[in-house]
Amino acid sequence: MNRRKLHKGLWITFFISPGLLVVGLFILLPLFLSLYNSLFSWEQLIRLEFVGFDNFKRLFFAYPYNERFSNALGNNLTWFISTMLIQNSLGLLFGYLLSRNIPGAEAFKRIFFIPVLFSIVAVGFLWGIYLKPTGLVNKFLEIVGLGALKQAWLGSEQLSTPSIIAVNIWRWVGFPTLVFLAAIDNVPQECLEAAYMEGVSEWQLFWKIIFPLIVPSLTIITVLTIIGSLNVFEQVYTMTGLDGGPNYSTDTIGTLFYRTAFGSVDAGSPEIGIGSAIGVVIYLLTFAISLISIFVTKRKEVQL
Amino acid sequence: MITDLGYQGARPSRKIFISLMLMIMSLYVVLIIYPLFNMFISAFKTNRAILSAPFALPDSLDFKNFRIVWIDKGFSHYFFNSLLVTVVSMTFVILFGSMAAYGISRYVFKGNTLMYMLFLSGIMLPLKAAIIPLFLLIKRMGLINNRLSVIMIFMAMGLPSTVFILSGFMKSIPLELEYAGRIDGCNDFSIYRKLIMPMVTPALALVIIYNAVPIWNDFFFPLVFLQTDALKTLPVGLSTFFGQFSTNWSLLFTGLSIAILPMLVLYLFMAKYFIKGMTAGAVK
Repeated sequence: MNRRKLHKGLWITFFISPGLLVVGLFILLPLFLSLYNSLFSWEQLIRLEFVGFDNFKRLFFAYPYNERFSNALGNNLTWFISTMLIQNSLGLLFGYLLSRNIPGAEAFKRIFFIPVLFSIVAVGFLWGIYLKPTGLVNKFLEIVGLGALKQAWLGSEQLSTPSIIAVNIWRWVGFPTLVFLAAIDNVPQECLEAAYMEGVSEWQLFWKIIFPLIVPSLTIITVLTIIGSLNVFEQVYTMTGLDGGPNYSTDTIGTLFYRTAFGSVDAGSPEIGIGSAIGVVIYLLTFAISLISIFVTKRKEVQL
Repeated sequence: MITDLGYQGARPSRKIFISLMLMIMSLYVVLIIYPLFNMFISAFKTNRAILSAPFALPDSLDFKNFRIVWIDKGFSHYFFNSLLVTVVSMTFVILFGSMAAYGISRYVFKGNTLMYMLFLSGIMLPLKAAIIPLFLLIKRMGLINNRLSVIMIFMAMGLPSTVFILSGFMKSIPLELEYAGRIDGCNDFSIYRKLIMPMVTPALALVIIYNAVPIWNDFFFPLVFLQTDALKTLPVGLSTFFGQFSTNWSLLFTGLSIAILPMLVLYLFMAKYFIKGMTAGAVK
């Protein structure tokens, strides 16, 4: 009996340990090390002494970190809100229309998903050229007689962040569309037909019957949007550069984090202590906001 | 179906609604296709032509620019590097991921749930936030400017979702099958290899697309760990290229076409799998 148990234990170890080792070494260990590192002062890549929450204090209260940090966090918030309002609403609308077999649904579905596959870097560089002052977008406005609307899309402090967000939405809309489509397709057809026979309007059909049943997919999309918004990096890197220009107007936690970790905010040498503190803040924010949104939408879920 | 949004037999208000919606959707279609089309035709134009007549078709289809970018500017190397890194890391994601999923879903043991949660925690944690300890770790291992660095990180990126998706599939395979295998004298490994794995092949396709596309496209980790030109992957190579030729739009559009079109062609042939695979983590 004992030998069989040992035998089973060995097999379990054999199957699980390679994967667990990789995940442990490259995901779980760095998580704890971020926390640990953030509590020390650093000279370049060398850990000096334990300083408690000093790095966090400097990040939140000392210039220039506090200003850069709150500016970047504000931009991430803009990213999250506009993505939720525009991208995910469009996704919900498109997903709904596709699920109801609007003419051409199959073709729309396939085309909408195309940009989702491209690397963010390629998409960012492509639109970066189109949005230049002499780029395609301004040329188009000129041709259709809207020359007055020509803008330095990525060069002005007011327009740069909205422009980058618009490009990102261009890339992503297909994703929530297909997630919502799959969710709506799972709603039993009899429910819809019964409501339809009763003469329920399109509007009511959607809000009263379909929407409550697809709240779980809304939770997933919300959590993914939170993670995505906090991780914005490539989009800014390719379109306005690592400094989040002009004048930090497109700076995000991701670009600030990168500059802090690999060449400092203002001076030029890596600041591991502050960088680790930012890393920990990203972890905590992701975790906290995801939990909240799961909790909030859980209460709205309806079981059939 | 009677609930379909079709023109046939619909009331006028409904017809207007459908037309309006079709217009919005078609607008997005144009917004997707035209920029890609313009990118491709611009690769055949001179810089002057791109600036003076951006909407015009090219005079001739001369693939000269493609030859320059692919061979002289090293995109063939970038492409090969991306392919190598993606294939190697995906091989291990599938191997280690399916083994772990098998161990977790087919054995009952203490700590089973804990193991599952440890793997799953990786789905929620943004790995980018851990770049500092990862950098120090890779540096200590002496793997900066070594493909192994990104390969191992990509493995870690892919494993959580792989374990999640595959263990779900494996749980639904009846135990009787396993008993039958044991009577035939299979050991645990051959049960995994010969009985369970063939039954989860459809799920493997999902897992491969779900992970290979983000790995192929990843920019952040190769940017940090692979700094020598000979090792750069396609997204990082593209970024370097944009730094060097920022004013030569003709070449830039060629580089973008090379980076974007292979994925598009692959997608056109396997759209169904891509759609299913990419949404696998978010759709039950």
